[in-house]
Amino acid sequence: MKKSKFASLFLSSTLLIGILAGCGSGEEAGSSSEGGDTIKIGANLELSGGVASYGTSEADAIDLAVEEINAAGGINGKKIELIKVDNKSDAAEATNAAIKLTSQDKVTAIIGAATSGNSVAQVQIATDTKTPMISPSGTSTTVTVGEDGKVNPFTFRTAFIDPFQGTVAANFASKELKVKTAAVYADNASDYAKGLAAAFIKDFEAAGGKIVAEESYVAKDTDFRSNLTRIKSANPEFVFIPGYYEEVGLIVKQARELGITVPLMGADGWDSPTLVDLAGADALNNTFIITAYSSEDPDSKAKEFSDNFKEKYGKEPNSFNALGYDTVYLLKDAIERAGSTDGTKIKEAIEATDQLELVTGLYSVDENHHPIKSAIIIEYVDGSQKFKTKVNP
Amino acid sequence: MEWIQQLINGISLGSIYALIALGYTMVYGIIKLINFAHGDVFMVGSFIGFYSITVFGLGFFPALILSMAACALFGVIIERIAYKRLRNATRIAALITAIGVSLLIEYGVIYIRGAQPEAYPDVFSNRSFEFLGAQISMQSILILSVSVVLMILLQFIVHKTKTGKAMRAVSHDTEAAKLMGINVDNTISATFAIGSALAGAAGVIFGVYYTKIDPLMGVIPGVKAFVAAVLGGIGIIPGAMVGGLVLGVVETIVSALGFSLWRDAAAFIILILILIFRPSGIFGKNTREKV
Repeated sequence: MKKSKFASLFLSSTLLIGILAGCGSGEEAGSSSEGGDTIKIGANLELSGGVASYGTSEADAIDLAVEEINAAGGINGKKIELIKVDNKSDAAEATNAAIKLTSQDKVTAIIGAATSGNSVAQVQIATDTKTPMISPSGTSTTVTVGEDGKVNPFTFRTAFIDPFQGTVAANFASKELKVKTAAVYADNASDYAKGLAAAFIKDFEAAGGKIVAEESYVAKDTDFRSNLTRIKSANPEFVFIPGYYEEVGLIVKQARELGITVPLMGADGWDSPTLVDLAGADALNNTFIITAYSSEDPDSKAKEFSDNFKEKYGKEPNSFNALGYDTVYLLKDAIERAGSTDGTKIKEAIEATDQLELVTGLYSVDENHHPIKSAIIIEYVDGSQKFKTKVNP
Repeated sequence: MEWIQQLINGISLGSIYALIALGYTMVYGIIKLINFAHGDVFMVGSFIGFYSITVFGLGFFPALILSMAACALFGVIIERIAYKRLRNATRIAALITAIGVSLLIEYGVIYIRGAQPEAYPDVFSNRSFEFLGAQISMQSILILSVSVVLMILLQFIVHKTKTGKAMRAVSHDTEAAKLMGINVDNTISATFAIGSALAGAAGVIFGVYYTKIDPLMGVIPGVKAFVAAVLGGIGIIPGAMVGGLVLGVVETIVSALGFSLWRDAAAFIILILILIFRPSGIFGKNTREKV
């Protein structure tokens, strides 16, 4: 989801070049199915392998959305035909799956993959075959913007990008909590954390706040007390800790032991039940995280989704479920407005998406194909997550 | 105030290094083996403590003792299976075996229970109190007191008991000790048992203090304990204790000055400096090694 996989990307792109060279000019670009009485949509997801829980969560919700749309008469009178392919949590397999979907099945659009690395592996194929591709949960900027800074014309995403969470945290701290000073304690070994920290500092200062301490740690550390002591003596009113739960759990525990009682905040990297075990329920009080979706969101659309999902699968939906579900509706909206199954027209329609109401909030697209959308703030209360507020763009 | 707090942080960290370094330095002192598997015995001890608390519902002290006993046995088994037959082999062969044993333990544990981390249960009061404006948690006091008690106990064993006398004799001259009727094999086993028991204790304390344990947790503390042992003078028991505390405090000071990313580097710079300028360590006498 977050960690970029440059090595596998490289591998898969070399593989792709090989495959394309092997194919020669046999495949005609842009030959998505025109006419017929169904709209074929491909889902290229991690149904097995290391991150299968993300992919299968999304697949469940995609099934639900497709069923609903078909039951309500389909898109422009045409039923959706969903073609699911397992990319085995592997970038090379994701590339192969995308080739199969575009050349054999001739799908109108592709949903997936769940992680950034496997999504990036499909970018070249989406561009070459003019097939719109939407990654529900790929949060790295590289999914939609190439290394050269150019936007990949046919790729989109449903989830917000990593640095956006830093912006949300800065707004929450300055507007909701009304704090004037903050400290940042970031994982220096992860691009994810560094991106969030930079965005937070920029926006918090722009809102008139002051960063009083900036500390960093390295993943796998266990002793954070000396940095936390420095933070404590700087006396901030708020501490932003972008990082992953394995270290954050210990940081929160040690911070509370040292007498840091101010609100602590992180992003989706905190979101794991293990966090509660590591930090302890007491220490987590007065901490906040950002997520894309909460099943407690009182919004009527989110409530309806949550009820339907529970009825079909017998469990509370998580944010991957919600993002998978939203991706189908995002695509449906674009195809309806395009009035066609032509890839380029759908792409233009997605680009023009403005304030579309989805389960995870209002959705618009910016010029980098990043979404401008709502984020949800969750507060930990005695070890469980409570819906706090929704921040609209 | 900040500096008192930092000093407390450093001493807590240093006591854990010291406890691991004690076992390291004992084994080296007796059979001149750098036991790289020591950090992994520490990890095993931590897991034994974890399971005896969560599965058998034991309290902190019974878990600590159980873990020490199990690790003592484990240490003896490692010595008997892996190191005994290499006693007259070259030092490098023993060293390579030790690295092999270390990897075997790490990945053996991963094979059995997976690599996911585990959160230590809260067995000890999380309470902390103010001291000169600094926060001292009960756990810090616990670590320090258990470390000090074990170190005193170790000094007592080495200097006042028959086994300790035999250890010192074997360390001084194995052949002569054998001629004097000392059972060298049993003495070496006893050394491994005591050293591993200390590692087991350090494992349980580490779990309580730092909460997160995982199968590869022994690697970095193991290396740091090695640095601590060399710093104090490898083979010298008080040296290991002082070396551990100094290393913990130095690392904390480096972070406290704002160079937290250089913390590990500082430990190794100390190792390099000590090897260049005083290879026998703070407490070591500058004697030439016998040939």
